[in-house]
Amino acid sequence: MSKRKKEPGWRDLPLGGVPYKTSKDYKTGDWGILKPEILKEKCTHCTLCHFCCPEGAIKIGVDGKPEVDYECCKGCGICAAECPVKCITMERRS
Amino acid sequence: MMIEQKLMGLNGDEAIAYALRQINPDVVAAYPITPQTIIVERFSEYVANGEVETEFIAVESEHSALTTCITAEAAGARAFTCTASAGLALMWEMTYVAAGMRLPVVMAVANRALSSPLNIHGDHSDAMGARDSGWVQLYCENSQEAYDSVIQAWRIGEHRDVQLPVMICLDGFILSHTLENVMVLPDEVVKNFVGERASPKVGGHLGEVEYRLDPEQPLTMGSMDLYDFYFEHKRQQEDAMEKALPVVEKVGKEYAEISGRAYGLLDPYRLEDAEVAIVGLGSTMGTARVAVDQLRSEGVKAGLLRIRAFRPFPVKEIVDTLLHVRSVGVLDRSMGFGALGGPLFAEMRNAFYDTSSKPLLSDYIYGLGGRDMSTELLSVIFNSLEKNRKARRVSKPVQYIGLRE
Amino acid sequence: MNLKECATRPELLASGHRLCAGCGESITVRLVLKATKRPTIVTTATGCLEVATTIFPYTSWDLPWIHTAFENAAANASGIEAAFRAMKRKGRGPLAKYDHIDVIAFAGDGGTYDIGLQALSGALERGHDFLYVLIDNEAYMNTGIQRSGGTPYAAATTTSPAGSVIPGKREWKKPIDEIVIAHEVPYVSTVNSAHPLDLMEKVKRGLEAEGPAFVHALVPCPRGWRFPPEQTLAMGRLAIQTCIFPLWECRLEEGRPKYNLSSPSLSIARNPKMKKPVEEYLKNQGRFSHLFRPQQRDDIIKEIQAWVDLKWEILLEKAM
Repeated sequence: MSKRKKEPGWRDLPLGGVPYKTSKDYKTGDWGILKPEILKEKCTHCTLCHFCCPEGAIKIGVDGKPEVDYECCKGCGICAAECPVKCITMERRS
Repeated sequence: MMIEQKLMGLNGDEAIAYALRQINPDVVAAYPITPQTIIVERFSEYVANGEVETEFIAVESEHSALTTCITAEAAGARAFTCTASAGLALMWEMTYVAAGMRLPVVMAVANRALSSPLNIHGDHSDAMGARDSGWVQLYCENSQEAYDSVIQAWRIGEHRDVQLPVMICLDGFILSHTLENVMVLPDEVVKNFVGERASPKVGGHLGEVEYRLDPEQPLTMGSMDLYDFYFEHKRQQEDAMEKALPVVEKVGKEYAEISGRAYGLLDPYRLEDAEVAIVGLGSTMGTARVAVDQLRSEGVKAGLLRIRAFRPFPVKEIVDTLLHVRSVGVLDRSMGFGALGGPLFAEMRNAFYDTSSKPLLSDYIYGLGGRDMSTELLSVIFNSLEKNRKARRVSKPVQYIGLRE
Repeated sequence: MNLKECATRPELLASGHRLCAGCGESITVRLVLKATKRPTIVTTATGCLEVATTIFPYTSWDLPWIHTAFENAAANASGIEAAFRAMKRKGRGPLAKYDHIDVIAFAGDGGTYDIGLQALSGALERGHDFLYVLIDNEAYMNTGIQRSGGTPYAAATTTSPAGSVIPGKREWKKPIDEIVIAHEVPYVSTVNSAHPLDLMEKVKRGLEAEGPAFVHALVPCPRGWRFPPEQTLAMGRLAIQTCIFPLWECRLEEGRPKYNLSSPSLSIARNPKMKKPVEEYLKNQGRFSHLFRPQQRDDIIKEIQAWVDLKWEILLEKAM
């Protein structure tokens, strides 16, 4: 018997069906079987991986290099396909 | 202190347009359809002459008319539209959206029959088609009431406990196009009565904000429910409907203080000791007052109950008002195809089902497609009610009045 | 505008939405929102984007956003824009504090070419100041890949399947851009996420235009077009390189439509040898697989090539 968290009753929901949670709290990182690994030394800071990600999972760090948020990455592989210097490889998730 | 009011000759449509001129809503989006056209035409003149600051959107369909009103309200503005018949039918999808999104759009409906066959004249089938949409529905007896109700509508819909769209219904042609005496309030009095719209607070995904679109406080409106939340959201709407009952009365009382004209959920006439009575909506009840007076002078204990608020349906108030009447005739100006009688009949029988002693209830369908209802025909109805009363049973639950057999 | 600077701009479409892995819509929308500068309100028609980003109680929109129904994205935008105009005129109301609000309407091909055309036409005719972004994945994807007016000729969809008698959709893609240009609006352009800077610059110009602006984004859909998810941008690139979806802008200058090719398509115009044959685009998508298996349908491929060539020629006549 699973312990289900009880959803709010009708009296506790916001007016008009307004959603009250940001989707950032919904982790889609377990969707895919592949994950991008970035070889930072080869990276030329073109930032294209940041722009081609459907999730916005690749952020550009203060050092100008891409950082992957694996909690939302769905493993689609577009970043690896688009990287002009091929410094991103899709590895099988452990 | 009596507020000085001005007597004007206005038909129902003009009266509504005049009220809007005084209210000066932010947005009016409307598409012309007989018999509502005079509202938009008159209002367009006000816009063209700079008498209002309203943004008038001449939309390309009624569906877009209600849509633009919904999103304008969502942006924190006051929005009004008006339609009839096929126009209301076309925007039917959006009536549910407006109510579900809890946006207090105000809409005037010049009740007109639905096609097919095409008919431009008055009956209630259009608004009845939207009776389950979650709108507050108020039916007017005359142009004066149309003027007064449009002013009250904003206070009802925008009330903190309600937050629902409001439909003001007036009979097509009979009220919309007939010149009547209308007492109008001064501009300032109307302005003060409606006040400024204030949006309620809501807990969004980035904190508690006002329920409106504003770049300084991001909010998502119109989300998607799965089966785990839809039912709860709909229950919330019903709660608002229940809360609307006392609000309609409260706003009506406040309005009486500034106008001298009292409004509420119901409008009873000579019912206190009535043995037979009719119940109905709209302008026919005005004609019926004459019929009741005539019958009273002949010694019949006749009365009538005009229902002003069809939604929310004031069950308790109706039962209290009519419980002592022996024989009640329900006047339906629309059909409920395939059902036992019209929509109002269903509501009335339902309201009384749980009471131990109840009046005899019979249905009289009339006036479809603008078929006239005269005092003579009303006497026919009262005769039928008398017959039922004497026999202590309803001879025919549903009858058609004014129909050529 | 440059990529490095744009990379630092806030992400207004939050992660955690349920769009497919490799979805072209979210890439496009992320880019569009990156191009916004002034206070912005967004509206979206029913579709993949709307559904997947607002599954109650979650939402991915970190800016004010509204959805009402399927056919009325343009009407939604009209209402918001009108409300703002009224408040500015009155000098009071919650939005009166803003000098300007950018209103963006997102709608798919279904909500634009077909059921949304009326509301779009009305909004364009009335001249509301808003940007309409058509996210065109060439079918009703959210309901299961049914054909729309934007589905290309011979594409297989669930309501125009490639059967033994009829090989996919019989009708050609509706010329939506020309329809919008015929409404004499200030700005119309085509974009694709394979060229992010071009997309963002065009969105910026659309927002700056006074009056209605229309940006048509071709959005490859791995699920509906049937190709592996990592090829979403590659498909867009191929569409441009084959001139199936050229990139251009059209501005109204002194009452006349003035066309300009964008750099990726301008290069092809100047060097026609760069133009790839349509077969390269078609053979990599499952929705056109019936043109190659069990036998090569050269007759249909030739038809498509002829149509693409004609459209390209007409565009060149207008733009060069």
